[in-house]
Amino acid sequence: MGLINNSRAKSPWVVHFDCGSCNGCDIEVLACLTPLYDIERFGILNIGNPKHADVLLVTGTVNPRNERVLRNVYEQIPEPKVVVAIGACACTGGVFADCYNVIQGVDKIIPVDVYVPGCAARPEAIIDGVVLGLQKFQEKVEKMNKKAVGN
Amino acid sequence: MGDRRTVIPFGPQHPVLPEPIQLKLVLEDEKVVEALPQIGYIHRGLERLVKVRDFNQMVFVAERICGICSFQHAMSYCLSIERLMNIEVPERADYLRVIWSELHRVHSHLLWLGLMADAFGFEAMFMETWKIREAVVDMMEATAGSRVIISTCQVGGVRRDIAPELLQQIVKLADDVQRRVKAIEHSVLNDYTIKKRTVDKGVISKEQAWKLGAAGPVLRASGVKWDARMIGYAGYKYLNFEPVVETAGDCYARTKVRFREMFVALDLLRQAVAKIPAGEINVKVKGNPEGEAFIQVEQPRGEVTYTVKGNGTKNLEKMHVRTPTFANIPAFLTMLPGCELADVPVLALTIDPCISCTER
Ligand code: SF4
Repeated sequence: MGLINNSRAKSPWVVHFDCGSCNGCDIEVLACLTPLYDIERFGILNIGNPKHADVLLVTGTVNPRNERVLRNVYEQIPEPKVVVAIGACACTGGVFADCYNVIQGVDKIIPVDVYVPGCAARPEAIIDGVVLGLQKFQEKVEKMNKKAVGN
Repeated sequence: MGDRRTVIPFGPQHPVLPEPIQLKLVLEDEKVVEALPQIGYIHRGLERLVKVRDFNQMVFVAERICGICSFQHAMSYCLSIERLMNIEVPERADYLRVIWSELHRVHSHLLWLGLMADAFGFEAMFMETWKIREAVVDMMEATAGSRVIISTCQVGGVRRDIAPELLQQIVKLADDVQRRVKAIEHSVLNDYTIKKRTVDKGVISKEQAWKLGAAGPVLRASGVKWDARMIGYAGYKYLNFEPVVETAGDCYARTKVRFREMFVALDLLRQAVAKIPAGEINVKVKGNPEGEAFIQVEQPRGEVTYTVKGNGTKNLEKMHVRTPTFANIPAFLTMLPGCELADVPVLALTIDPCISCTER
């Protein structure tokens, strides 16, 4: 167990889902992967398959059309998992909060652990958010272990 | 034998494209016979926001139609309102608009090149192009204070000035980027794998491109010499440039057009810095917009058109945006039938899709 938990928290894999962002936050998420910011130094890998992932990064506004997809992606990620909402749009709807086709915030659909503010959120802030998410992740892993021992 | 057709959903959550577009691909073995786009994942309905935001606030909303060409969206919106209200923008503001526009074009094309490399599986090149792009984005931060959404345009001019030392640094940056892009240009355009996967793939003839209403690099790669910058909006009327045209109309030609466009953009940056006059950067705007106006602006992905209609109050009556990717989708759907499944991501990327502006 120790080995698995350790590698889970030390090398989390992230999957990025763009709900309806203007691309501003998306390119900042991608910028995190590139040499200047390089989140791989935290052991973080970006992958396309939600079934391999531990952390879900959500950018952009949710709307009734992609809500189902978001929930689907979220459900496919195995427990324990952490959700990071990136940018004003994902946190509250941002400038688009008053639009007719926008749900104000990802947390109306799935539970969110970390909110990263900004429009567009800066790569530093995103990295900070993911690292914060990792602490939560560790707590979740420990909780799960306790439960397993309790049984 | 029965029906050998399979339908494969491509997207909306997809490892190659960062944005959710769904294509239902009808396949016969590995060959695509039909593609049906499913849209609406990013629709926000922001054009209706004109009812609740006044025309000055709408600049920020227009800017967030697409984060990659954000400045150009803001500029197009401002240009259309200025045309409506007959506002004469100071010359320095015109030049500053060109500078920020061209910075956006360079960063957008580099971003596209990186994604393209990623679609080929060239991870190292993805990293390299994004490294070059960071220098451009840093310059935007130095001049405007923000990395992607720079919010410097306003109705009547621009919000910020660029200091002379920074202008000189822009020239230095242009030289530096030129050198670094030249270095990768050779290895991209002469690479065996890239040629194999792009030459004669997804060919759009000149007539087709024109008939399907393609825009931007897709149109120019098919041999049509049309670039909205030729109209001479903002500061382009003071600068010299030649639109980049290729004739083959395949993926390789589109790649080449974007490469050469980067150099043109860098050249425009140098010209603008050399010619920029001193003076005011904005004028006071009085009154409310009334009437109708239409504007065309060349964005990295092609031509965008803005139509605005005012009714004399501070809220516009209507705003309509036609974005370049929307214009390119018919061309894209024409390219798909006959190609192999593995080519779909590359074909999708050669139109440089921007779904968030298509669906708004
Ligand atoms: S928060 Fe801002 S930059 Fe990010 S997706 Fe929303 S509008 Fe775009």
